[in-house]
Amino acid sequence: MPVSITVPDPIDGVFAALADPTRRAILARLAAGETTAGELAGAFPISPQAVSKHLNVLENAGLIVRTRQAQWRRCRIAPGPLRDVAAWVGQYRQLWEERYDALDDYLAEQQREKP
Amino acid sequence: MSITVTMPTDTTLVMTRTFDAPRDLVWAAHTEAAHLRRWWGRGNPLDVEIDFVNGGKWRFVEHADGTEHAFRGEYRDIDPPNGYTWTFEYEPMAGQIAVERYEFTESGGRTTVTSTTTFDSKANRDEMAQSGMEEGAEQSYRALDTLLAELRG
Repeated sequence: MPVSITVPDPIDGVFAALADPTRRAILARLAAGETTAGELAGAFPISPQAVSKHLNVLENAGLIVRTRQAQWRRCRIAPGPLRDVAAWVGQYRQLWEERYDALDDYLAEQQREKP
Repeated sequence: MSITVTMPTDTTLVMTRTFDAPRDLVWAAHTEAAHLRRWWGRGNPLDVEIDFVNGGKWRFVEHADGTEHAFRGEYRDIDPPNGYTWTFEYEPMAGQIAVERYEFTESGGRTTVTSTTTFDSKANRDEMAQSGMEEGAEQSYRALDTLLAELRG
């Protein structure tokens, strides 16, 4: 029987993972430094199972890496995909900053002409 | 004044920016060809054709570094001076259509423009994401911190 393998689209997974506020909060916490799954679970007012589900989504999106050392499960942020998203949002923002700065100048000019 | 960018869902991007001008003028700057020509191209020459009625077409051509960049779409839900919607398509990526709603509010003589861009599909958004990846390697953790702070907004 043939086996079909679906290759997840990495960027797609990243955006979907980022669409959830709890997952963004987890990432913000991990951006401050590596931690254990237990510490993370204690930091959020939801069940450890719910935190674990969010960690699965983040891990599948390539946003975090989980490792196991003896009995300790550690989580850290994987910066690559986030930098891709940051780059995208950054370029979008830069384009519009340039455009709206030009509009600022134009509006000032218009208001000088028509006091 | 700076732009605020948030991504409330995985196919939506919201931008807000405040201008030191009354709403009627900011509205006119967004909706009349003679005004658009003067700023939308960010200092680059811009050809503007607009038919600002519901269902009317628009097409802008920006001339930058010897290259022409053409954008086009259609107006919808025009409600002066509160807001309008246009579809947005970059011609080299024809078929990838985003819908953008612009809303204008005035307070104390200043006008805030809120634009909500909805990508028609994740594929559309990814395409736009991919096209913005070239400079990705230069982005730092600082950009990441900023992004996370914004995404929480």
